[in-house]
Amino acid sequence: MDDKKGIVLAGAVIGALAVVLVQAGNAVNYGLCIACFIRDTVGALGLHRAEAVQYIRPELLGIGLGAFLAAAIKKEFSPRGGSAPLIRFVLGFFVIIGALMFLGCPLRMVLRLAGGDLNAVFGLLGFIAGIVTGIYFLNRGFSLKRTYALSRAEGYIFPGLNLAVLSLLAAAPPFILFSVKGPGAAHAPALLSLAAGLVVGVAAQRTRLCMVGGIRDAVLFREWYLLSGFLAIFVTALVGNLAVGKFNLGFTGQSIAHTDGLWNFLGMALAGWGSVLLGGCPLRQLVLSGEGNIDSVIAVLGMAAGAAFAHNFGLASSANGPTFNGQVAVIIGFVVVLAVARFHMDKSPAVKMKGGMKVGSDVG
Amino acid sequence: MALMLVDARGMSCPEPLLMTKKAMGESPAGFQVIVDNNTARENVARFAKGNGYCVKVEQDGNDYVLTITRE
Repeated sequence: MDDKKGIVLAGAVIGALAVVLVQAGNAVNYGLCIACFIRDTVGALGLHRAEAVQYIRPELLGIGLGAFLAAAIKKEFSPRGGSAPLIRFVLGFFVIIGALMFLGCPLRMVLRLAGGDLNAVFGLLGFIAGIVTGIYFLNRGFSLKRTYALSRAEGYIFPGLNLAVLSLLAAAPPFILFSVKGPGAAHAPALLSLAAGLVVGVAAQRTRLCMVGGIRDAVLFREWYLLSGFLAIFVTALVGNLAVGKFNLGFTGQSIAHTDGLWNFLGMALAGWGSVLLGGCPLRQLVLSGEGNIDSVIAVLGMAAGAAFAHNFGLASSANGPTFNGQVAVIIGFVVVLAVARFHMDKSPAVKMKGGMKVGSDVG
Repeated sequence: MALMLVDARGMSCPEPLLMTKKAMGESPAGFQVIVDNNTARENVARFAKGNGYCVKVEQDGNDYVLTITRE
């Protein structure tokens, strides 16, 4: 029971920080969004040229570093990898394509719901549909196979990369691009953002918080642990938004959102399905990266590539709605994710007897 | 008594739990699960306890052996 209190507390802290970050300067319902923050950061690095969404997000870097510190202190830092790395890159890529169709990762979807943005209801329904589709394949033996231990040096690269990008924010050399208007220009003071990110990273690492895992485990195992964190974020952000007057119920006039219900649904369906196959939402991938999980680092790099392509190819939606290119990309994403799911269904029982014991990776 | 042994080392979320769930169907009286990280250890233990099993955890190097029995 104690660990359930822990995840509810973590969710409450994350929901409250999201509201605080908006009060301090982030755009409305944009307190925390892993997909958007990756997109803004790759934009600042010049990997895409959408001028409205370029800023090195200290929250993003703080989450990775916070997870690394928490894992290191608790002796859970354990570099490992080798489980279908390129597949994970591709899944990460299309998770972001789906998220940028909807305009938000699963975490921002919850924050948009908590801000009264009813478009996110379609996102949530799509997200659940995507997760249930992923579960269908999990139940039929979907697996990206085992990970293996790697050298500690390999695990230090990701936190090192976070520090390097953070130093670029501090130094602000001329080749780093910063939005002068639009969502990229709306941000809380960097030190506050970094501190908030560190807290989120520690809290999420300790509790294993995951938006996708919440719904997946509830459906698959009737296990409510992760979902309680998800709900705590929603309730706290809702109360916080009501308290500061940022709750705006309706479909139109929402911050960084569009009203196309079908494509909100489909975007999050793709993000949800891809995330189930990856084993966790973008936030969880970031946290696992901090713990030394190189497979998750590859997924995050796939997300970064996806975010850059999303703006270079005009795939990301805007407040005006989805683009035709984005719709094509989401459909391609469904085909690719289906192929990944279909070709990774492990039918082999792989059970053998060893010294009177039945040993196997799959007890069926 | 030799218990069925499920090797969930290196498997990512939620596969250790799926393997545990399957083992409950195959060998409802009890079985062992080996995992190699804290997250999987916590998840498998929580799930087994939630399904009315007793869980004993032993550390074996970097791995954890969970003995899951009806009791």
